Amino acid sequence: MTVKQISVFLENRPGTLAALTDVLSANQIDMRALSLSDTADFGVLRIIVDDSYKAAFVLKEAGFICSVTRVLALAVSDTPGGFAKAVTVLGKNGINLEYAYAFTTKKRGLAYMILRVADNDAAIAALTAAGFTLTCQDELVEL
Amino acid sequence: MENYYQREIECASPEQIRAWQDERLVKTVHHVYDNVAYYRNLMDAKGVRPEDIRSRDDLYKLPFLTKDDLRDAYPYGLLAVPRADAVRIQSTSGTTGRRVVAFYTQHDIDLWDECCARAIVAAGGTREDVVQVSYGYGLFTGGPGLNGGSHKVGCLTLPMSSGNTQRQIQFMVDLGATILCCTPSYAAYLGETIHEMGLQDQIQLKAGIFGAEAWSQEMRRDIEKSLGIKAYDIYGLTEISGPGVSFECSEQTGMHINEDHFIAEIIDPKTGEVLPDGEKGELVFTSITKEAFPLLRYRTRDICVLTREKCSCGRTFVKMSKPMGRSDDMLIVKGVNVFPSQIETVLINKGYPANYQIIVDRVNNSDRLEVQVEMTPEMFSDSVSAIATQEAALVEALKAMLGIYAKVKLVAPKSITRSEGKAVRIIDNRKLY
Repeated sequence: MTVKQISVFLENRPGTLAALTDVLSANQIDMRALSLSDTADFGVLRIIVDDSYKAAFVLKEAGFICSVTRVLALAVSDTPGGFAKAVTVLGKNGINLEYAYAFTTKKRGLAYMILRVADNDAAIAALTAAGFTLTCQDELVEL
Repeated sequence: MENYYQREIECASPEQIRAWQDERLVKTVHHVYDNVAYYRNLMDAKGVRPEDIRSRDDLYKLPFLTKDDLRDAYPYGLLAVPRADAVRIQSTSGTTGRRVVAFYTQHDIDLWDECCARAIVAAGGTREDVVQVSYGYGLFTGGPGLNGGSHKVGCLTLPMSSGNTQRQIQFMVDLGATILCCTPSYAAYLGETIHEMGLQDQIQLKAGIFGAEAWSQEMRRDIEKSLGIKAYDIYGLTEISGPGVSFECSEQTGMHINEDHFIAEIIDPKTGEVLPDGEKGELVFTSITKEAFPLLRYRTRDICVLTREKCSCGRTFVKMSKPMGRSDDMLIVKGVNVFPSQIETVLINKGYPANYQIIVDRVNNSDRLEVQVEMTPEMFSDSVSAIATQEAALVEALKAMLGIYAKVKLVAPKSITRSEGKAVRIIDNRKLY
């Protein structure tokens, strides 16, 4: 019940992000979601793509440093308060949220939250018990 | 008008200087040969007997001494007097693994203080002056050296040591300091801060004696303008005693070497061949009056030129140029000696690749050291804070090794240029030489 996120090290220098997106487009890889976290000197780009195996492979080939992390993709209704309920559940269960970002899809009219927590299993159990739906990798590809 | 601390010595005839050097060199060679096994071995290995050295013309026969010898002989291997006769230890700046210690008897300290006194008097110092010593005190020779010199001259001495800029300026104003001794970059910083505080009309400085790091003529003009003083250069190294090995006079065209205590040579750093006056090469010193820690033909690694042209100040001591570079890869950053190998050691210990680059800049007359390190798959994490934690640990480890702060910049893999031959490890943007 997790999805694969690819994180890439980006030096803070003009053109590095462009170099990365060029690699993805040249290999026909489609991004579902993207988040960029940065400091003064470097950034960490996190992406959810349709083909994570291929993306990780071609990025490494191109000289990028990347890692694959399993994260949660939570489907929430695209209405006010949808995400609030989910974070309340995590908080009540003592699960720390390291970072999160969101994307929406046209197809299903849903919003998806990507959640990075320390303990995926505990988070899955808590969220499922509270009635939330978690998306798996295969489903994500079809979105 | 020119000021001397010891006119009869500083303006001695070349013949007199030569006579002193010949006599003292012979004595020193016997002294080290008789008392230091390390020297005895070095000289025996080269087939030189103490009797072979009869004047300074025989100096070339002696083996060179390098910092490596001083490290090999650490801690007491080059001490030339019984330990009970030595009264002081000083050490080179902030270097682990490359620590070098020097010893002094009371006689050695008196001579060192005299050398510094000459520098202070040459900068216009008299017993009426208030000398603010803002060099670090402790193992570093800057503070103790100028402090001792200031006492010899009879100046009212303010032993501030380095740091705490607000207090430095308050004392400078309240106590009416007239001569400032510190590193040139700290002088520049003090000047800036004084202007920011609007106190430029309340300081009474007339001169500054600045050393321990390279500084350009432009920087000299900046400091002179900012503090309203005449800025004098001073040179020295812990191994040879400390500041005051040579000092600038009012002509400001090079530093007079205290030739009654030190014989200077310029050599070709590659061949070791002695070069004539006026040629550029590595500066080599032989100390001829020290008891505890005399060094024969010590290679400073500083690239200089010696000139014997008559100086308008009346001193007859040979003049050395400001160092124009190094014959090794040592950097002096914020007055602290930094070797790339130290940085490499830290990186390897912390699991980083040994492919790195050191960037040195001078921003607002203050040195900035940056170490660029390539990111590795092992170090990488999807969490920025996890990377930042590792980066902070590296900064700490570098500080522990170097004694100064170095910014760490993580860069993309393979972004540091690989060279075919010798790697370009250092980019020094300071344009010091």
